[in-house]
Amino acid sequence: MSQAVTAEHAVTTEGGGGILDRISDLFFTRPKLLTFLLLLPPLLWIGVVYVGSLFALLLQSFYSLDDYSGLIVREFTLSTYAQLLETANLQIILRTVLMAALVTLACAVIAFPIAYYAARYARGWTKALFYLAVMMPLWSSYLVKIYAWKLILAKEGILTWLAKSLHLHWLIEGLLAVPIIGGPSLSFSYIGTFLVFVYVWIPYMILPIQAALERVPVNYLEASADLGAEPRQTFWTVIFPLALPGIIAGSIFTFSLTLGDYIVPTIVGNSRLMIGQAVSTLQGTAGNIPLAAAFTVVPMAIMGVYLWMAKRMGAFDVL
Amino acid sequence: MKIGPLLRWLAMSPAVRFVNCCRRFGSVRAVDGVTLDIAEGEFFAMLGPSGSGKTTCLRLIAGFEQPDEGHIEIFGETAEGVPPYKRNVNTVFQDYALFPHMTVGENVAYGLMIKGVPRVEREAKAKAALAMVKLAGFEGRHPAQLSGGQRQRVALARALVNGPKVLLLDEPLGALDLKLREKMQEELKALQKQLGITFVFVTHDQGEALSMADRVAIFNEGKIVQVGSPEDIYNRPQSRFVADFVGSSNVLSPAFASGHGCTAKWTSLRPEKIRVVAAGTAVPSGHCHADGEIKMISYQGAVTRLSVQAGDRRIAAEVPAGDGNFKEEDSVRLIWPKSAMVTMEDGA
Amino acid sequence: MSSEAKRGTPLGLRISAIAGLLFLHLPLALIVLYAFTTEERSFQFPPPGYTTKWFEIAWSHRPDIWPPLYLSLKVAAIATFLALIFGTLAAAALSRARFFGRETISLLFILPIALPGIITGISLRSAFDIMGIDFSIWTIVLGHATFCIVVVYNNAIARFRRLSGGLIEASMDLGANGFETFRYVILPQIGTALLAGGMLAFALSFDEVIVTTFTAGQQSTLPIWMLSELIRPRQRPVTNVVAVFVIVVTLLPILAAYYLTREGEHTGGSSK
Repeated sequence: MSQAVTAEHAVTTEGGGGILDRISDLFFTRPKLLTFLLLLPPLLWIGVVYVGSLFALLLQSFYSLDDYSGLIVREFTLSTYAQLLETANLQIILRTVLMAALVTLACAVIAFPIAYYAARYARGWTKALFYLAVMMPLWSSYLVKIYAWKLILAKEGILTWLAKSLHLHWLIEGLLAVPIIGGPSLSFSYIGTFLVFVYVWIPYMILPIQAALERVPVNYLEASADLGAEPRQTFWTVIFPLALPGIIAGSIFTFSLTLGDYIVPTIVGNSRLMIGQAVSTLQGTAGNIPLAAAFTVVPMAIMGVYLWMAKRMGAFDVL
Repeated sequence: MKIGPLLRWLAMSPAVRFVNCCRRFGSVRAVDGVTLDIAEGEFFAMLGPSGSGKTTCLRLIAGFEQPDEGHIEIFGETAEGVPPYKRNVNTVFQDYALFPHMTVGENVAYGLMIKGVPRVEREAKAKAALAMVKLAGFEGRHPAQLSGGQRQRVALARALVNGPKVLLLDEPLGALDLKLREKMQEELKALQKQLGITFVFVTHDQGEALSMADRVAIFNEGKIVQVGSPEDIYNRPQSRFVADFVGSSNVLSPAFASGHGCTAKWTSLRPEKIRVVAAGTAVPSGHCHADGEIKMISYQGAVTRLSVQAGDRRIAAEVPAGDGNFKEEDSVRLIWPKSAMVTMEDGA
Repeated sequence: MSSEAKRGTPLGLRISAIAGLLFLHLPLALIVLYAFTTEERSFQFPPPGYTTKWFEIAWSHRPDIWPPLYLSLKVAAIATFLALIFGTLAAAALSRARFFGRETISLLFILPIALPGIITGISLRSAFDIMGIDFSIWTIVLGHATFCIVVVYNNAIARFRRLSGGLIEASMDLGANGFETFRYVILPQIGTALLAGGMLAFALSFDEVIVTTFTAGQQSTLPIWMLSELIRPRQRPVTNVVAVFVIVVTLLPILAAYYLTREGEHTGGSSK
């Protein structure tokens, strides 16, 4: 290769290349312009469509519904929020919060062994298999999963059949006879709602806990054993506190998802409403968007406080 | 003969010219008032410690940085404001930056493809370029399958196939082991001679710079502290920094210098110019001497380094291995030619 | 290594872990089972008999299934398309540049999936009411595209961050301007991430029910159809057949997306 192939000019000053070239030059000398133009469309979307809607929600919560005309009165008022304090509505709120708390607790208890196993013992392909096995139900259709439980919990379904075969039918009857949480069948009771919630949200609890546990260096455990702690002590003093941020992160999901859900209690539950159902029915045929909005602000406020507390406990580092 | 090149040849414009260039990053002056001419066909080295501004200068030539102040010319044409894809300058990057989703052949032919060279022609050129870097037959492989040395050659071929007027190399040999590095140094030098284009390379390894370059610029804290041939830089360091950075040197105070017949300025004396003899040996004319005690002996294979306490200062002397039988605490005399003491203009 | 590994996995832990996993997967298996049952009015277990007739019935004799199916596919396609554009733009901008407010904007892009669907749903509903917008396919698309953008954004930005800046410089050094660099260097590198994000977005949109019920008005997507079937069932096994179909349509793209993003980690980027 001789020098004959060396380029003619050191710097190409001809304006060749057309409009694309010129635009490229512009972006090169002004990189901030490029960033701005890239960011503008998505930012406008999320800003206007999403954040704008959130403001619309807030705005609606300060409107009210005229009982006689059925139309929304667009004047600022706190009367809609005042309606939340009526007994029936308060019950709805408390009911939902209690369910959310119980579901969170159950999820944490069930998810922990699974996450622990996956984090500490599964290696190589088993680890990948575990990850897949947890993700698959997470990603499979939400509605289908709930439907599946309706199947299972039905009076004539597999659970009852199993109980009868194991001569444990009296257990189910007993549970159903318990006031408030019982009902005509598992799929029409709070117990049923509770079970389905737990099922649907468990993967959301497994993953953060697993992530938190994987961060625990093995030599922490060795040091603990070296200093004379029994396995049980090591667990409670070393492993559990380090896993706690993961548990809290998972609880954020389970709590907030339960607070807002209305599909599960509609399909598997008794006729007493939860927040989500209240919101859904209010905005539907009733057209009472202001009250629906006010109801929605409640879980938002609760989650706001919860998130603030969780941040202080370091849960965000695991996400 | 075309008028343009003729005029350029007559004007003898340098390949690269920096005129008082500055580049700041926040409050840090990465390049601080650099003025430099690099001649056509030169093998030019930019040498200096990390953060001294040499890489930034290279990027200024390539076009990845634009100067905040000052002026850059490439073969007489203004370069600032011109993006890298409009400069006929190519770079061999420190981490090679080969495109992982393309084969070696496609990597090398990339520049030609962008220019619109038809497929048959550019494949042939890529083949030739790979043969030139001794990687014939590697066209179908992927970068992930190559060793570090091979990737470096591909990066070289990829740059050279475009016929750039200036080739920039950013610490090209840093990731290679010693033997490979020495081999590549020879090959790069031979390649440059064969092609005749200007090579500008950046390194922090002074041995590399001295062995490969026609001229070297020493950078420190964004400024050029000395420019010259390797021999110049080594034997006539202008400042303490250069004396220390390039090889190692004894830096003698003005008082010592004047006490031994030189100008009263900071003076550099290379250890290998000092002969170590028994105390009391006669001093030939034109030589200086100092007496002292050996405090430390360091065996370095080809040479032995002695640290001698002469009066209130330590002087380092380097003697070929096997030259004399030294022990610590021996009293010795150091003899060196007066011409070996180089007055440094800039004592700092 | 550690004393834990030497002792081997405690049996109790292993059992509870595996039991937990089975618990997660059994219900879906049952859904498939019930698509073959002969009993149409209840969820009797064990099924009294097995048949494949419900698949045929769902295909030919239930005209009420097809319009919701088409609507779901259309919405998912449009939402994914929009998400790919907007999500990639956002990821490109936020992965590299540093500017004032970047952290806040990054947070903004997580909100649509961080906040429960009901909030998104009722917010959009409120906005439609205030602005007097009627329900249409576009109101549905608006809701879906919003969280689809976030899904694509997450996939894209992870890949953008792994993209070595040196590659872009090398491309420009060799004469390619910004657009050519995007086409020949950047796009091939992020291609699989975009594909994965797109497939994930499609699956999520196809399955979405909560936000949709707030933004659809009288229209029905397939999940809405299923919801009404669950509340007032007609032929239960037919619902199961549709459920099996939904499982397949949502699960396959997600699995594929998972493999695409996994592979990227092993073949590696431009590192030596």
